[in-house]
Amino acid sequence: MDFQPTAVQQELRELTRKFVKNNIWPIVEKDEETGTFRPEIIAGLGELGLTGIPVEEKYGGAGLGYQDYIVAIEEIARASAAYAISVAVTGLPQVILCEGGTEEQKTQYVPPLAAGKAIGSFSLSEAGAGSDAGSLTTSAKRQGDHYLLNGTKLWTTQADSASTLLLMARTGGPGPQGISTFILEKGMPGLTLGKREKKMGMHISHTMEVLLQDVKVPAKNRVGAEGDGFKVAMNALYAGRITIAAVALGVAATALEVAANHSRERSQFGKPIGEHQGVQFMLADMATELESARLLVQRAAWLKDNGLPFATEASMAKLAATDMAMKITTDSVQLLGGSGYTQDFPVERLMREAKVLQIVEGTNQIQRMIIGRATHLRKEF
Amino acid sequence: MWFFSEEEKLLQDTVRQFAKSELASKIEKLDHEEGFNRDAFKKLGELGLLGITVPEEDGGAGLGAVATTLAFEEVAAVDASTALSYLAHSILCLNQVAQNGNAEQKTRYLPKLLTGEWIGGMGMTEPGSGSDALGMRTKAVKTPDGMAYVLNGSKTFITNGPCGEIFYCYAKTGETKKDISTFMIEKGMAGFSTGKKFSKMGMRASPTGELVFENCRVGVENRVGGEGESLKMMMRNLDLERITIAGISLGIARASIEAATTYARDRKQFDKPIGSFGPIQERLAEAASWYEACRALTYSCAKMWDEGKMVGKEASMMAAKAKLTSAQMATKVGLECIQILGGYGYIREFPVERSMRDAKAVESGAGTNEILRVIIARQMLGEGASG
Repeated sequence: MDFQPTAVQQELRELTRKFVKNNIWPIVEKDEETGTFRPEIIAGLGELGLTGIPVEEKYGGAGLGYQDYIVAIEEIARASAAYAISVAVTGLPQVILCEGGTEEQKTQYVPPLAAGKAIGSFSLSEAGAGSDAGSLTTSAKRQGDHYLLNGTKLWTTQADSASTLLLMARTGGPGPQGISTFILEKGMPGLTLGKREKKMGMHISHTMEVLLQDVKVPAKNRVGAEGDGFKVAMNALYAGRITIAAVALGVAATALEVAANHSRERSQFGKPIGEHQGVQFMLADMATELESARLLVQRAAWLKDNGLPFATEASMAKLAATDMAMKITTDSVQLLGGSGYTQDFPVERLMREAKVLQIVEGTNQIQRMIIGRATHLRKEF
Repeated sequence: MWFFSEEEKLLQDTVRQFAKSELASKIEKLDHEEGFNRDAFKKLGELGLLGITVPEEDGGAGLGAVATTLAFEEVAAVDASTALSYLAHSILCLNQVAQNGNAEQKTRYLPKLLTGEWIGGMGMTEPGSGSDALGMRTKAVKTPDGMAYVLNGSKTFITNGPCGEIFYCYAKTGETKKDISTFMIEKGMAGFSTGKKFSKMGMRASPTGELVFENCRVGVENRVGGEGESLKMMMRNLDLERITIAGISLGIARASIEAATTYARDRKQFDKPIGSFGPIQERLAEAASWYEACRALTYSCAKMWDEGKMVGKEASMMAAKAKLTSAQMATKVGLECIQILGGYGYIREFPVERSMRDAKAVESGAGTNEILRVIIARQMLGEGASG
């Protein structure tokens, strides 16, 4: 077992950290307030090779693994969970197409996404199909060389700025086996945006309703076989959980840094509050939980990079890291007292961002179901 | 609670009705825009609810901690921001003027505070003194002619600071920690300004700001009580504040639990209402049980307070326990309820995300969790608490 980061990982960390410091930190607080998303930030990350990290070089990616990917995602999330999610969501269609797409689909759609020149999106959830994604009702009817798509999708991240959107729709009977995946492009007639959700946090990241009215999608835009869509989506989500867990690490790391700084600088009763044991114990728990979660995330990434089964471990990483981030950000607000509650410090924003990580990419209840089922069948620990 | 009087039950109905008709439709927008529902104060004044603890002979309702906590719970169940501003106005300012002011001060300040024409607040916390409240540095120095004091210093995290007209402010008039005096500060006094307004995570429709004193001359007639004699009444009012603010946490938690219960009944996944799944039932049952436990403790404290059955340090400890548990419960319940609603819990169409943001404020305001634990432990350990 080797805990030393590789030279590539160290370089990735420094490169990302520098970009984030110069380009994201200066604008993040104001943009969160106004809900402004800047595609040029994704383009800037793309120029550094950070928007297609796990994609093969021949499709414009960096040809690296998830162990490297999570380093960059964590660094971005230290400043802005919204931009880290944006990179992860732009990554989803790339990963899906590279694994299950035709050569034509790969060469046409992946390179612009990997370069950050185009933004990607992924659309699965519906009003009635959240945790129970297999019950989705958006329909795709085959008509000759194309499909006609109708329905309404919910919670689609950055659908308003995406040029390539992977969308799951029903081509067959009820249940998961009747679902297929399609590549939709911005501007297809009948593809429009509904409302933008007003959320608790993560305002830079726009959460959109996607409306489909007789959208004609060429049959060559179907990814994989008919009925394979659910499997495709789930496989992508298993990997996606590792990246969401990395987002949680970044959010928690900043919350802990701010708390530790404050414990050194703030004095009450004649000494820095960090010299009071109550505060020390809080910091000790925060640091221990962050490091434990980081190890779980790294292990899930290592399993994936080595072609081993990783779905349960990815769920564990996502569950532990996002619950940890919620707790650390909440405690960080508490450690800063009244100051932590104001927007003069970033921790209240981080706390609002942490909450959504417990919901996306499979709620933490779904993660528990996955882990619980696997554990129930396991005989040795 | 089983011991609520007929009068208290009537009050509960009145406030519930008021919250539904005057607050419910406005709060989402006010929260988003960081506004302030000033009209609500006029209406509360008309209902006679601003002077809820003020004796009847002074024009108030003459009610106690139970009634006040009930009123705050009902307002907070719909709009916690207005409940918090209501507390700052009624308990931190109005109640203190009525309790400690002289006849002249009462005549000058009570009528307009009772009607809500003026909004009141209190100034204790400073940038360098939060949990360490007695470490305050704002100084009041008597002028040579003895007719006035000159105040210098600043207060921070003051509820109603940016929107208030009258502030019940503490300042040091001597060198020791205990030399604390009180002054009535009026908006517009030379040398007094309200500094900046904070943008906050929650309680966004309850303005929070600074109070700044730069050679602010305050007539001796504005000093409440004797010079250097404020410590005891300041501490006693903190106890009342903590009992009644627990009502705000209760209201916030109740709103979350109600929303999550309705959702669990209506929302179907895997062809069944999600309320039929064990883990959802477990969450709701835990949330409801903790809410009831905190409610029982809080109203029991309020009742003991009203009947004089807890006094001195015992009262401080009990008030701290009620507030500590209720505040933590509300944040925890809020987070759980968001989770039950999933994505819907995270968006503003449902009130649970606002409830959770509001709940977190009460873990720092009116004494952080940390300082409340110190108060409780010191009372438990006596001498054993000092190293």
